[in-house]
Amino acid sequence: MQQKPILLTILDILSIIAIGIATYFALVLAPTELVMGEVQRVFYFHVGTGWVALLGFIIASIAGVAYLVSKKMFWDRFGLAAVEVSAMFFLITIVLGSIWARPAWNTWWTWDVRLTSAAVTELIFIAYFMLRAGIEDPEKRARFGAIYTLLGGLSAPITFMVIRLFRSIHPVVVGNPSAEAQGGFDMTVDMRNTLFITLIAFTILFIDFIWHRVRLGGLQEKVEQLKLKTLGE
Amino acid sequence: MKPSFLKATFAIIHKDLAAEFRSRELLTAMLTFSVLVILIFNFALDLNIDVRQKVTAGVLWTTFAFAGTLGLNRSMAVEKDRGCMDGLLLAPVDRSAIFFGKAISNLAFMLIVEAIVLPLYAFFYNETRIFQWEFIAVLLLGSIGYISVGTLLSAMSVQTRTREILLPILLFPITIPVLIASVLASGAIINDAGLPQIITPLNLLIVYDVIFIAVSFMFFDAIVEE
Amino acid sequence: MIEVTKLIKRFGLKTILCGLDFQVQPGEFVALLGPNGAGKTTFLRILASLSKPSFGNVKVAGYSLPNESAQVRAKLGVVSHLPLLYPDLTAEENLQFYARMYGITNYQLQINKVLNLVGLEHRRKDLVRTFSRGMSQRLAIGRAILHEPQVILFDEPYTGLDQDASEMLDKVLKEIASHGQTVVMTSHDLIRAEALATRFDVLSRGVITASINKNDLKNQNVLDFYKQALEN
Repeated sequence: MQQKPILLTILDILSIIAIGIATYFALVLAPTELVMGEVQRVFYFHVGTGWVALLGFIIASIAGVAYLVSKKMFWDRFGLAAVEVSAMFFLITIVLGSIWARPAWNTWWTWDVRLTSAAVTELIFIAYFMLRAGIEDPEKRARFGAIYTLLGGLSAPITFMVIRLFRSIHPVVVGNPSAEAQGGFDMTVDMRNTLFITLIAFTILFIDFIWHRVRLGGLQEKVEQLKLKTLGE
Repeated sequence: MKPSFLKATFAIIHKDLAAEFRSRELLTAMLTFSVLVILIFNFALDLNIDVRQKVTAGVLWTTFAFAGTLGLNRSMAVEKDRGCMDGLLLAPVDRSAIFFGKAISNLAFMLIVEAIVLPLYAFFYNETRIFQWEFIAVLLLGSIGYISVGTLLSAMSVQTRTREILLPILLFPITIPVLIASVLASGAIINDAGLPQIITPLNLLIVYDVIFIAVSFMFFDAIVEE
Repeated sequence: MIEVTKLIKRFGLKTILCGLDFQVQPGEFVALLGPNGAGKTTFLRILASLSKPSFGNVKVAGYSLPNESAQVRAKLGVVSHLPLLYPDLTAEENLQFYARMYGITNYQLQINKVLNLVGLEHRRKDLVRTFSRGMSQRLAIGRAILHEPQVILFDEPYTGLDQDASEMLDKVLKEIASHGQTVVMTSHDLIRAEALATRFDVLSRGVITASINKNDLKNQNVLDFYKQALEN
C-alpha cells in the first residue's frame, strides 16, 4: 500500500486554511456592494470556481495531447482527474451564478454566453463519462477519451464565439467594462483583493483535488492488477 | 500495387453509393424521419406565417442534424457488422483515404436528403425564400462540418458498448457551433438581414470546418487502430 | 516468410501473448492449434497488421510491423470468421471494390479466375445477402487471394459451416495450398487441419508450447500430439 505523500497532507491543510481565509474575506471583510447588497458576495466564489473549472478544462485537453503523444497511462488518469474536478466546479459555478442572477437579473437562468458555454461544456463532460463507461479496454478508453477532450477543447472557443453572436447580458467585471449589461459594478480595492485571495484559494484547492484524484486512479489500477493476479492463479 | 489516395477514396465512395442505391435503407430512413420531424414541428410550434419567419432555418437544421445521426450510425454499422472495417484496414491504402471515402459518402447521403426535404418544406409552407444560392451554400458548409466530425465520432461510438445511443450524445455538444452558426447565417439570409449578420456566423462556420476537417483527418487513424 | 520474436500483447492489464516466438518458412502451411482464449485470434490480428504488438519484433514477408504495415498489407490475404463482404453488393461488385482497394490493374481477368477457383462463377451477379454461410466464406477466401498475396492467414475458416460447405472449402484450401503460398490457419477442427497443413503448432497461455512437422508425426496422429502438448 502506497503511503500518502506528506506534501499532499500539507496541501490538504493548506487548502482548508486558504478556503477559510477566502471565505472570511468574501463574507466579512469585503465591503457590501451598494446596489445588489449582500448577494453580491457570492460573486467571489462564482469567479473562483469558474476560474478553476476553466483551468481544469484546458488541462484536460493538454493531458489529452500528452497521452496521445506519450501513450503513458498517467496522462489518462491526469486527464480524467481534470475533467471530473472541472465538471464539479462548473456545476458549482452555474449554481452560484443562478443564485446571484435571481436578484440581479430577476431570473434563475438566461441563455447568456458564459452560462450557455458552461452548460455545453458540462454536456461535453457527461458525453466524455458515457464514452469511457462504454469501453472495456483501458488503453482504448484512454485513447478515445483523450481524443474527445481534444475535440471538446477545440470546439469550446468556437461555441463561445458563436453564442456571443446572440446578445449577451452577462456583466464584464474584469477587463473592459462596456457595462451596458445589467448588474455590472466597479470594484473597490478591497473587492479586488478579496477576489484575488479567492482565486488563489480555489487554485490551491483545485491542485489538491487533482492530486487526490490522480492518486486514487493509480490505486484503482493497482487494485485491478491485484484482482487479476489472484483470479488468474 | 498500392492504389493512389484518390483511387482508394473513390472506390469507397463508389461502393457506398452503389450499395445504398440498391438497398435504399439509409436514405429511406433518413427521409421518412425528416418528414416526421417537420410534421411534429408543425404542430409543436404551430408553424404559421409569423412563426415561420423566424424559425425556418432552425427547424430545417434540427431536422437535418437528427436525420444526420441516423445516416452516420447506419453507414458505420455497415462497416462494423460483417467485419468490413477490417477489410478496409487490411487494404494497402492510407487510413485517411478511408476517412475521406466514408465522410464523402456520408456527406452525399446528407445532401441528397437535404435536396429532397428543402422542396418538400417549400411545398408545405409556401416558403420559396430557401431557394437562394447563399442559403444553399450555408447548408453545404454546415453539412461539411457536421459530417466530418460525425464520421470521426461514429467510428468511435461504433466501437463502444452503447453504440447507436452514444453518437448523438458525443456529436451534438461538439457540433453546436456548426448548428448555431448555420442557423444564424441561413436565418439572416432568408430574412434579408444585412451582410454583417450573415458574414460573421459564416466566418465562424468556415473556421470550424477547416479546423475540424484537419483534426478528424488527423485522429481517424488513432480511432480505428487497435 | 514470417518471423516473430518475443511478441508480447497486452490489453490494458491483461497479457494475452507473453513472449511468443514463431517462424514460418516460405511455402509452409501451418495449423495453429490451441484452446479457446489462448490468444490465437489476437496473434493472427497482429500478423495481419490490424493490431499493434505491445513489445517484440514481427516481420511478415520481409517487412516489419507495425512500421511497414502498408507494405505488409499488400502481400497479405486474410480470412476471418466474419466474411468482410458487403451484403448489398453482388459477388462481383465486392471483388471489384477490393481489387480497386489493392490497386490491381485489369482486375476483371483476376476476378474471373478467383470466382472460378472458389466455384461461384454462376452466382457472380447475385447479392451477397442471398448467399449461404458456406458461399460467403468461399467468396471471402476469393476476396483474400484476389491480389495474389504471398502470405494467407485463416482464422477459423470452418466455423459455422455444414458438412457439404466444409468439403467445398477443403477443396478450395487444397488448391490454394498447392500454389505454394505461405499459410497460417487457426482451427478447432483437427481432422481438417491434419489433411491440409504441413506443420502443427500449439498456442497455449500466450506462447507456442509445441511444434511438429507433418513428416515427423509418423504413426502418431495430430490429436495425440495436441493432447500431449496441452498436458505438458
